[in-house]
Amino acid sequence: MQPKIDTSPKVADDIKTTTCYMCACRCGIRVYLQNGEVRYIDGNRDHPVNKGVICGKGSAGIMQHTSPARLRAPLLRVGERGSGEFREISWTEALDLATSWLGEIRRTDPKKLAFFTGRDQSQALTGWWASQFGTPNFAAHGGFCSVNMAAAGLYTFGGSFWEFGEPDWERTEYFMLWGVAEDHASNPIKSALGKLKSRGVKVVVVNPVRTGYGAIADEWIGIRPGTDGLFVAALIHELLTSQKIDLDYLARYTNAHWLVIQNPGAHDDGLFARDDDGQPLAWDKGSGEFASAKSIDIAPALVGAFTLDNGRKAVPAFQLVADRYLSLDYAPDRVADETGIPAATVRRIAAELAEAAFDKEVTLDVPWTDWAGRAHDQMIGRPVSMHAMRGISAHSNGFHTCRLIHLLQILLGSIDCPGGFRYKPPFPKLIPPHVKPTGKPGEVKPDTPLPGPPLGFIEGPEDLLIDDQGVPTRIDKAYSWDAPMAAHGLMHMVITNAALGDPYPVDVLFMYMANMSWNSSMNVPAVLGHLTDKDPKTDEYKIPKIIYSDAYYSEMVAYADLVLPDTTYLERWDCVSLLDRPVSQADGPADAIRQPVVAPDRDVRPFQDVLLDLGARLALPGFVDDAGDPRYPGGYSDYIVNHERAPGIGPLAAWRGTDGGEYGRGAPNKNQLERYIENGCFHYHELPENMRFYKHANRDYLDWAKGIGFIGSSEPIVFQLYSETLQKFRLAACGHGTIQPPDTHRERIETYFDPLPFWYAPFEESALDGSEFPLHAITQRPMHMYHSWGSQNAWLRQITAQNKLYINRQKAHELGLADDDWVWITGHLGRVRAQISLMDGTNEHTVWTWNAIAKRKGTWSLDKDAPEATKGFLLNHLIGELLPERAGGYRYSNSDPITGQAAWFDLRVRIEKAEAGDESRPQFEPLSAPHLVDPPDELEYGLQFREARP
Amino acid sequence: MHPAYSVILFTTASGAGYGLLIWLALFGALGVMPTERWIGAIGFSLSFGLITAGLFSSTYHLGHPERAWRAFSQWRSSWLSREGVLAVATYVPAGLLALIWIITEKLGAMGAWLALATIILALATVYCTAMIYASLKTIRQWNIGLVPLVYVALALATGSVLLNVLARAFGHGGDWSSWLAILMLALAFALKAMYWMTIDRQQSKYTAEDAIGLKGLGMVRAIEPAHSQPNFVMREMGYRVARRHSERLRRNAIALAFVIPIACCLAEILLGPSFGIVAAVIATNSAAIGVVVERWLFFAEAEHVVMLYYGAERA
Amino acid sequence: MTTLPQTTEKKLGLVIDLDICVGCQACVTSCKEWNTSGYSAPLSDQDPYGSDPHGAWLNRVHGYEIGDGETSLTLHFPRSCLHCEAPDCVTVCPTGASYKRAEDGIVLVDPDTCIGCKLCSWACPYGAREYDYAQGVMKKCTLCVDRIYNENLDEEDRVPACVRACPTGARAFGDLGDPDSAVSKSVNDRGGFDLLADFGYKPVNKYLPPRPRRDSNNGANTPFLESTAPGANGAQSATDRFFAWADRMLAR
Ligand SMILES: Nc1nc2c(c(=O)[nH]1)N[C@H]1C(S)=C(S)[C@@H](COP(=O)(O)OP(=O)(O)OC[C@H]3O[C@@H](n4cnc5c(=O)[nH]c(N)nc54)[C@H](O)[C@@H]3O)O[C@H]1N2
Ligand SMILES: Nc1nc2c(c(=O)[nH]1)N[C@H]1C(S)=C(S)[C@@H](COP(=O)(O)OP(=O)(O)OC[C@H]3O[C@@H](n4cnc5c(=O)[nH]c(N)nc54)[C@H](O)[C@@H]3O)O[C@H]1N2
Ligand code: SF4
Ligand code: SF4
Ligand code: SF4
Ligand code: SF4
Ligand code: SF4
Ligand SMILES: [Mo]
Repeated sequence: MQPKIDTSPKVADDIKTTTCYMCACRCGIRVYLQNGEVRYIDGNRDHPVNKGVICGKGSAGIMQHTSPARLRAPLLRVGERGSGEFREISWTEALDLATSWLGEIRRTDPKKLAFFTGRDQSQALTGWWASQFGTPNFAAHGGFCSVNMAAAGLYTFGGSFWEFGEPDWERTEYFMLWGVAEDHASNPIKSALGKLKSRGVKVVVVNPVRTGYGAIADEWIGIRPGTDGLFVAALIHELLTSQKIDLDYLARYTNAHWLVIQNPGAHDDGLFARDDDGQPLAWDKGSGEFASAKSIDIAPALVGAFTLDNGRKAVPAFQLVADRYLSLDYAPDRVADETGIPAATVRRIAAELAEAAFDKEVTLDVPWTDWAGRAHDQMIGRPVSMHAMRGISAHSNGFHTCRLIHLLQILLGSIDCPGGFRYKPPFPKLIPPHVKPTGKPGEVKPDTPLPGPPLGFIEGPEDLLIDDQGVPTRIDKAYSWDAPMAAHGLMHMVITNAALGDPYPVDVLFMYMANMSWNSSMNVPAVLGHLTDKDPKTDEYKIPKIIYSDAYYSEMVAYADLVLPDTTYLERWDCVSLLDRPVSQADGPADAIRQPVVAPDRDVRPFQDVLLDLGARLALPGFVDDAGDPRYPGGYSDYIVNHERAPGIGPLAAWRGTDGGEYGRGAPNKNQLERYIENGCFHYHELPENMRFYKHANRDYLDWAKGIGFIGSSEPIVFQLYSETLQKFRLAACGHGTIQPPDTHRERIETYFDPLPFWYAPFEESALDGSEFPLHAITQRPMHMYHSWGSQNAWLRQITAQNKLYINRQKAHELGLADDDWVWITGHLGRVRAQISLMDGTNEHTVWTWNAIAKRKGTWSLDKDAPEATKGFLLNHLIGELLPERAGGYRYSNSDPITGQAAWFDLRVRIEKAEAGDESRPQFEPLSAPHLVDPPDELEYGLQFREARP
Repeated sequence: MHPAYSVILFTTASGAGYGLLIWLALFGALGVMPTERWIGAIGFSLSFGLITAGLFSSTYHLGHPERAWRAFSQWRSSWLSREGVLAVATYVPAGLLALIWIITEKLGAMGAWLALATIILALATVYCTAMIYASLKTIRQWNIGLVPLVYVALALATGSVLLNVLARAFGHGGDWSSWLAILMLALAFALKAMYWMTIDRQQSKYTAEDAIGLKGLGMVRAIEPAHSQPNFVMREMGYRVARRHSERLRRNAIALAFVIPIACCLAEILLGPSFGIVAAVIATNSAAIGVVVERWLFFAEAEHVVMLYYGAERA
Repeated sequence: MTTLPQTTEKKLGLVIDLDICVGCQACVTSCKEWNTSGYSAPLSDQDPYGSDPHGAWLNRVHGYEIGDGETSLTLHFPRSCLHCEAPDCVTVCPTGASYKRAEDGIVLVDPDTCIGCKLCSWACPYGAREYDYAQGVMKKCTLCVDRIYNENLDEEDRVPACVRACPTGARAFGDLGDPDSAVSKSVNDRGGFDLLADFGYKPVNKYLPPRPRRDSNNGANTPFLESTAPGANGAQSATDRFFAWADRMLAR
C-alpha cells in the first residue's frame, strides 16, 4: 500500500515581501515565515526586476541570514590592528567614541575624514551625510568597479550600460554581450537570454572565457583581453566602408554635424565652432550657410570642410569620425592578430549587425512627438542591442573601448529605439549630468557643509578638485590630473594614499560594507601593510583611526578600531531610490524598499540608523531640526518618508503628497511605507506608450522628466560622438588655459584625452616584457556567489569552496601541465600558488579564476582548514595599484587615465609548475574571531518546521 | 564502490556461517559426521555466531537499524528483503536441526528433512546476498552471472575450511574433510579467477556521452564540478582503487584465500593427523583474511555508472 | 511499496532545456531551500563551516565541455531524479520506503520507514539519490509533491521550486504522459531525449539538446558587406564613395 501523504501542507504563517540583497540586482522577494523563522524565499512575480524568478544566491538567503559569522555587538579593538582582538562594547560607548573622533575633525578640518562605502547601499544618504559633514572625501565603490562604463555612457549619450539601461529584450533581433559574466542585472539578463534563444535571436558573446552566458551563445568570440576596442573599431570600419550606418539618426540625435574647429596649435583647436549665444554651429546645405546646429529646419552637412568667418577651418564631427575609422589601421585584417579574431569573423559579424539593423527594422504603430514638436505616427527601430560590463571596464583602455561600443550602437541608430538599447528612467540625463563635484580648496571649511555633493561630472579642467599648485584636494585624487573624469571617486586608492599621506594624511577612515583588506583591494599584502603601518616617531598608526561597519566577520573587520555591526538584509529598512541606483525598467522608473521581516537577535543596528544618529549627534545641518533635536528620531524609515532632497522630492517617488496621490514630486506622506508594503515593497511607474522610446528626444518624456526632477532641462539630449570635454583637457595638456597639468602628466593627458574614441594597448601590457609575462590573468564572478560574502553561506560554499586557475587545454599541454597540477602564477609584483584546471573555452593567451572565493584563515567563521583558506587563492595579491616605474621615475596608477577606473583585468602573468604540495600561497597569519557564536558541525535546517507540523 | 567494512564482514562472515551450516547439515544427515553433542553445539554455535554477527554487522551500515524489521516486507521484488527473510527463515529448520542434534545426538527422518530445508534455505540466502549485488545494472563488475556462483562457492569453501577444523578438532576429520576443503577452495578459486578474467575483459558499456545523452558532439569532459567537496554519491560510488594496488591485492587474496588454505589441507593429508589441526587453523585464519581482501576488492573494483557524471569517461 | 505500479495515471516530470541553462545554480539552491523544510525535511549538511562541507541535495548542476578546440561546447547540466517508469531504485528497496506513486508516477522515499540501507542509491545510474547522514535516510527529488498540489500556494506557484526559480526558463514541469501537454510538445519539437536510454529505466524527465551554434563552424555565412579597399575599385576609393554617400541632403 502506497503511503498517504499530505500534499497540501501549510507553507507559512505569513509571507512578507521585501527586496533581496544577496547581490545588487535587488530582486523582489517573498519571505515565508513560520514561527518567526524564515522557512523559504522565492521571487515576487509582480516585481519588475525579476518577475518571480530568483537566483542561486537569493534562494540561499536563509544561510546568509543565519550565518555564524554575523557580528553580534559593537567592537573596540584591544590588540594590535589586524590581530582580531576586540572587546565588546555598548552602542552608547561606540557612538560616543565615534562622535568624539568625528566631532573633533569637523571642528578643525573636515577633509581629515575619509568616508567610503563599498557596496551600493544608500549612496543617496551616505553622500549627503558626507556633504553635510563637509568632507570631499566620499565615494562608493564605483571607481574600482565600473566607472568606465558609467562615465563613457554618460559623457556620450546620457545613459549607460550597467543598470542605467537595458536592451529591448522583447524586440531585439541581434544581441551582443561584451565582457559580462553575471553583472548586476543577474536575473533580467538570464531571463532575457532564455527568451532570445527561444525566439531564435542571435546571441553573440565576446569574452575570453566561455562559461555561463557564453556557453549558450550562438557565437562565442574568445577575444584576447583588452583588445575589444580594436574589434569594435574594425566593425565600425566595415560598416562605414559599406555605408551601413543610419545617417538620418546621426543628423537627428547626435553631434555628427556640429562643426569642429581645425586650428592646430591654437587654443580653440578641436572645440566646437559656436555662435554668439554659445550654440554649436553646423553647415546648412539647404541655405548654404552656417546655422545653429540645434535648429531643426536645416539640412546639416555631415562631411566636408568649411571656413568660418574668421578664416578658421571647421569640419563636421562626423567627418572626423569617418576619417578615423575608415583608416586601414582599423581594417579587419589589421586587427586579426592582436585580437585573435579572424578577419572573416569580423566582417561576418559586421554584416550580421547591418542585416539585423537595416533589414529587420521594427516599427511600432505608436504616435509620438519629437523634441521639436513634430508628430510621428510610428516608432521605427534598429533591433540591434548590446550590453557590456567589466570585461570592458576593468582595463586601462576601458573608457575609450566603451565609447567605441556606444559609437557603434549610435552609428547603427540603435539607442533607445524599438529593438535597441534603452534607457531606464531617470536616464537619459544631460551630457554629462549637471551635477558638479564639490570640494575645491575654498569649499572645505570647519563646521561647514560642502556647497554640493562630493561626486559629480566635470566639464573641463576648471572643474578639477585641485589647488593652485595642482595638488588634489581629495584623498583619492579623484578629479585631479591623475583621474580627471573620476565620476565615482577612487575607493581603491584611499588606504594607500592615506597611509602615505599623499596628498595628505587623514585622521579617521570610515568605511561601510567594503572588504578593502582582501578581495576589493589591489595588492592585498601592500594594503595590509598600509593598514598597520605606524609612524616610527609617534608609534601611532599612519591611518590613526578606522571605523568600519560590516554585518559579518570579514577580513576587513580585523583592521578596524571601532566596528559598528550592521543587521542582515532581512532585518532592516532600506531604500532603493531613484536618487541612487534604482530598479527602473526601460518602460518606466521603479523604486523599492526593504522592510524588516525578522527582528535581530543580536546587539546590532542598521547602519543607516547609526549614520542618522551620528549626524544628529554631530549636529550636521539636515540631521537636526531648529531646536537641535534629531530630525529623524524614527531612524531610517522616518528619513525615507520625511526627507526631502529638493522640495517635494524624497527618497521614494510614489505615493507622495499628504493623501498619497502624487508621483515624483509631492509632500511627504506618512503612510508611504505602508503603501509600498501593500504593493509588494516596490513601485513601478509604467510610462505611457508614447514616452517609451527616443526618450532623449521625446517631447512628452522630456517634459515629464523635467517636471518630476529627473532632468534640469527639457532640451533634447544630443549624443556626443565627439567629446569636447575630452578635448578641453587635451588643450590644457598642450599648454592652453590657466589650469595646467604637471609636466609628468602632460603627455598622458594629451594622448588619452582624445575627443574620439580609440584603442591603445592596456598599460601593464605595454609596460612589461611580453615574453616574461605572456599570459593575461582575469577573474569572473560565479553566478552563485557574491564577492566575499557568499563563502560564509553553508549552502553556497558546498558548490564552490575552492577556486582553480583555468587555462586553455592546448596551452597547458605546451607548458607541460595537467589537470589539478599546482602552479606558480607570477606577475611583476610577486607570485601566487594555485591549482589548475584545463578547458578549451578559454582564449589561449588567458588564464582565469572565480573571483573572491579565497578567504583568509580565521575569517567568516570558517575553520582554519577550510578549502577557501587552504586552497583558494586571490589574483588580487598580484594586481598593483601602481604601474611599473616608467622613464622619469613616475609611477602612474594602474587605472584608466580618464576615469581612474582600476585596471583589474590588465594583469599579466606567467605560469610554471610548482613543487608538490597542496596549499595555496601566499598564506597570511590566521585571524582570531571575536565574540561570535561557534559554528555548528552539522546543520539540519528545516527540522524545526517538520516537527511543528502535525 | 566504497568498501564498507560492515558489509564486507556481513557477506564474508555470514557466507562462512552458511557454508558451515550447509556442510554440518549435509554430513550430519548423511552420517558422515557423527552427531555428537559437542560437535553439534560448537559447530552450530560457530555457524549461527558467524551468521548472526554478519547480519548484525550489516545493520551497522543502516541509518536506522531499529527499523531493520521493515526489510522483511518487500520479498516480492527486493533481493535484500529476500535475503533478510531467508536468513531469518533459515534459523528455523537450522535451529531445530541443531536442537535435535544436540539433545538427541541423532537426526533421524525428521532431522533429514530439517537438514534438507536448512541446506536449501542457506544456499538460497547466500544466493540472495549475492543477487543484491549481481542484480545492479549500474555496476558492470557485479551485474554478471558469475557473482552468485562465486558467492555460493566461497561460502561453501570457507564453510568447508571451518568444517575441517571442527571435524579435526573432534578427531573426526581426516582426509575427507581436507579433500572437501581443497575441492571447494579450488572450485571457488576457479570461479573467482573466471570472475576476474571476465571483468578485466569486459568492455565498459557506457560513456560520458551516453550519460549526458549527447552523442556525436565529441568527448565530454567535466570542467566545473557541481560541488567542490565530495558528496554522498561520490563518497559511496566514487571509490576507486589504483590498478597497481588492486593487482597486488588480488595476489594477496589468492594467496591467502586459496593457495595457503589448500597448501595447509594438502599438508594435513600428507603430514597426518598430528599436524592436521594446526594446519586447519592456519588454513581457516588465512582463508578468513583472504576472503575479506577478496570482498574488499569486490567493492573497490566495482565501478558505478553514475561516475560518468563526475568525470569518468567510461563505466 | 516496492513493486512498481503497472501504469500511472499521469507521468509528471521535468523537461530541461540544455540550450538555455547557464548553470546559475538557482534550481539547486531553491530546491534545497524548499525541501529542507518540506516533505523530506531536513536536508542536512555535514561540516558546513569546515574543511569538508557536504550535504544532501536533490538537484545538482554540472559544467562540462564537449568536443575539442574551435567546435567545442560548454554545457551546463542539471541533474535530479528522472522519475523513471521502470527504475530498479524502487524494486531493490527492502522496506517499501522507496515507491512510485500510482497517480502521478512520482518516485518518493518515505522518510519514516526508510532504514537507510542505501541500496536504492546503488541502483540509480543517475546519482539522483543522496543519503542524509544526520537523518539516516535516503533523500531524493520529490518533484515537489508538497508544492504541485498545495492549496496553500497560489495556483501559478504549484510547480516545483526549481522550475519556479529558474531564471532562464530552462526547466518546465508537466505531464509527459499527455501528448498534448506543453512539455510533451516541446519534447516532440526539439528532439527531447532520455539519459542512458539503453539502461531501460525509462526516465520520465526529458532533456532538450542544445540548438546548433550559429558561428563559422556551423555555417553562419551572412555574405560580407560590399566594400573594397581604397583605390582598388577604379578611380574612386571606398573612402571617396563613402564621403559622396554621406554628403546627401539630410533633414534634421
Ligand atoms: N581580482 C578582482 N578583484 C576585484 C574584482 C574583480 O573582478 N577581480 N571586482 C571588483 C569590484 S567590481 C568590486 S565591486 C569589489 C567588491 O568587493 P567588496 O566591495 O569588498 O564586496 P564584498 O566582498 O561583497 O563585500 C564587502 C563587505 O560587505 C559586507 N556586508 C555584507 N552584507 C552587509 C550588510 O548587510 N551590511 C554591512 N554593513 N556590510 C555587509 C561583507 O561582509 C563584506 O565584508 O571587488 C573588486 N575586486
Ligand atoms: N553573482 C554575482 N553577481 C554579481 C557580483 C558578484 O560578485 N556575484 N558582483 C556585482 C558587481 S560589484 C559587479 S561590478 C558586476 C560585474 O559583473 P560582470 O561585468 O559580469 O563582472 P565579471 O564577473 O568580472 O565579468 C567580467 C567578464 O569579462 C570577461 N573579460 C575579461 N577581460 C575581458 C576583455 O578584455 N574583453 C572582454 N570582452 N571580456 C573580458 C571575463 O572573462 C568575465 O566573463 O556583477 C555584479 N553581480
Ligand atoms: S539576482 Fe541578486 S537580488 Fe536577485 S535574487 Fe539573486 S541575489 Fe537576490
Ligand atoms: S532517476 Fe534514479 S532515483 Fe530517480 S527514478 Fe530513476 S533510478 Fe530512481
Ligand atoms: S535506503 Fe531507504 S529507500 Fe533506499 S532502499 Fe534502503 S530503505 Fe529503501
Ligand atoms: S522538482 Fe522539487 S525536489 Fe525535484 S529537483 Fe526540482 S525543486 Fe528539487
Ligand atoms: S536554474 Fe535554470 S539556468 Fe540555472 S542552473 Fe538551473 S536549469 Fe540551469
Ligand atoms: Mo563592482
